[in-house]
Amino acid sequence: MGELRLMKGNEVLAEAAIRAGVDGYFGYPITPQSEVMETLMLRKPWEETGMVVLQAESEVASINMVYGGAACGKKVMTSSSSPGYSLMQEGISYLAGAELPCVIINVSRGGPGLGTIQPSQADYFQVTKGGGHGDYHVIALAPNSVQEMSDFMTLAFDLAFKYRCPAVILSDGAIGQMMEKVYLSDFVPRRTEEQIRKDCGEWCTLGSKRHNVITSLELDSVVMEQRNIALMKKYAEMQKEARYEAYMTDDADYLFVAFGTASRICKKSIEMAREKGIKAGLFRPITLYPFPTKALYEIGTKMKGILSVEMNAGQMVEDVKLAVECKVPVEWAGRNGGIIPSPDEVLEALETKIIGGK
Amino acid sequence: MAEIELKDIIKEENIVYKKSNIILDRTMHYCPGCSHGVTHKLVAEVIEDMGIQDQTIGVSPVGCSVFAYNYLDIDWQEAAHGRAPAVATAIKRLLPDKYVFTYQGDGDLASIGAAEILHACNRGEHIVCIFVNNAIYGMTGGQMAPTTLVGMKTATTPYGRDIDRNGYPLKITELIAQLPGTCYVTRQSVDTAAAVRKTKKAIRKAFENQRDKKGTSFIEVVSTCNSGWKVDPVKANQWMRDHMFKFYPLGDMKDATRDNPADYEQYIKEEK
Ligand SMILES: Cc1ncc(C[n+]2csc(CCOP(=O)(O)OP(=O)(O)O)c2C)c(N)n1
Ligand code: SF4
Ligand SMILES: [Mg+2]
Repeated sequence: MGELRLMKGNEVLAEAAIRAGVDGYFGYPITPQSEVMETLMLRKPWEETGMVVLQAESEVASINMVYGGAACGKKVMTSSSSPGYSLMQEGISYLAGAELPCVIINVSRGGPGLGTIQPSQADYFQVTKGGGHGDYHVIALAPNSVQEMSDFMTLAFDLAFKYRCPAVILSDGAIGQMMEKVYLSDFVPRRTEEQIRKDCGEWCTLGSKRHNVITSLELDSVVMEQRNIALMKKYAEMQKEARYEAYMTDDADYLFVAFGTASRICKKSIEMAREKGIKAGLFRPITLYPFPTKALYEIGTKMKGILSVEMNAGQMVEDVKLAVECKVPVEWAGRNGGIIPSPDEVLEALETKIIGGK
Repeated sequence: MAEIELKDIIKEENIVYKKSNIILDRTMHYCPGCSHGVTHKLVAEVIEDMGIQDQTIGVSPVGCSVFAYNYLDIDWQEAAHGRAPAVATAIKRLLPDKYVFTYQGDGDLASIGAAEILHACNRGEHIVCIFVNNAIYGMTGGQMAPTTLVGMKTATTPYGRDIDRNGYPLKITELIAQLPGTCYVTRQSVDTAAAVRKTKKAIRKAFENQRDKKGTSFIEVVSTCNSGWKVDPVKANQWMRDHMFKFYPLGDMKDATRDNPADYEQYIKEEK
């Protein structure tokens, strides 16, 4: 295990990036994640590892910088929060279309519009259902602790390169802002140009006599359809990467499904429920895409009822219903506007919407 | 008189002109008379002359020249509409010893991508920007561009560009010349043999500036789009000379590297 520290979630993202051997970070300030770039600028990783850190003129520019770096086979990333993540959608679609690996962090806040700077999970649809134009998906990881902010950096890059696909870490303002102890991972050196050529030489544009071209454009519909089919195959292949945590589900009658901050609340609600004799458990999707559908079916269909607890107006609940094929009652409970639901509220929702509602 | 045979003529020493090896054997999709083809050729020749084929990464735009990557035998990235300077920024920062250039149209560079080009130039990214200004959106069927001249008829200004409705044509190159990050800003054309030679020289200088890490070099090529303008290539060239050159006068706007390196050092100091 690595070095133990007490750190803020956003700071950990910066530290984890340096330790993961990231080549470039491009970002634009937005609350509640500005500490990511601030920490990087303070740390001056360019002196230590040669990592490039650049404040871009907008999120539109930062995501296109990520495109440029990713197309060179470099490990590049950006971070933002909801409005900035919205601005990146065209770029993310291009990254998916050109099959480029990168990591994008969304420390999400409440919307719509300028909304609130308080934590929210209202970007679930945008992250998991594509977000930009055209048929594509991004790998989506949902940390629920400062430790996972660190651990998922390496995981996100590994998956992104394995599938040549953007990977998103969907966090929220609460995890970004809170301090927890964290075991930082060990330093991994940045890859040399030689190593990149070995790993990605087939496609990357490092300057070569190969005439490597990175593009998402194809005007011949017959060829374009083949590209779409290849993407569909890739997404099908990716399903095996689905990750989840099952907490006290073995003897449970009722199931909470929650990710990120909401999942932590649910754990407290479970404790309170069990004190009252209600056997509740938690299913926490760790990958929001691919969604752990199979595992949720297996665990969820054994339950008397399921409550999807979200800090939004009810988004993941659709995937929960699909996963259990509506074989058990599924309801949504949650808060909006940047409010984190309390454990009492969540338990009460279970009692009224699921147990009482039967 | 003895008969001359073809094989006596086709000899290395007799070659006066040759297609650059960087240009791939593919039929270009450009309309006959379009300025893009000649401009591609010049970029290819400079890359070949400098021997930097395997060290160069081009960034193509969204516009008629989106397919530039099909014609030049180097590594390419195709950028989203207007974002080539951001893409190029990252490539160059991550690969500081490579040559990176953007190739963009006027809609791409001066309209949707105005922010990206201004900021890349202002940061003084060590890249080359080739800006093909044909005063129209060629690819989408000839709509008004920010560079469209007042009174000029396009698909979206069927009665001519009107200042009240559409605002003024944008001299973005003049704006860019103001930015301390740029070291060389010039406006050229490719309508005559002499102009072609001058433009090639400018492109060469721009790539040399990049080699010497002097800042951003920006080359506008005032161009024709005979299809978009709905005239034949000869008339298009004449119209360009009569109208475009008046509003977009040719010549160097800034050459901070011109006289001697000491001047340039001084210039950088003053700007800083
Ligand atoms: C986001 C976005 N908006 C609009 C378009 C449509 N579009 C494609 S090319 C183009 C204009 C290109 O004009 P210009 O840059 O002048 O290039 P030219 O074809 O004249 O060389 C537009 C508006 C697009 N592809 N993407
Ligand atoms: S439409 Fe205009 S810019 Fe496009 S290829 Fe034809 S002449 Fe060139
Ligand atoms: Mg144009």
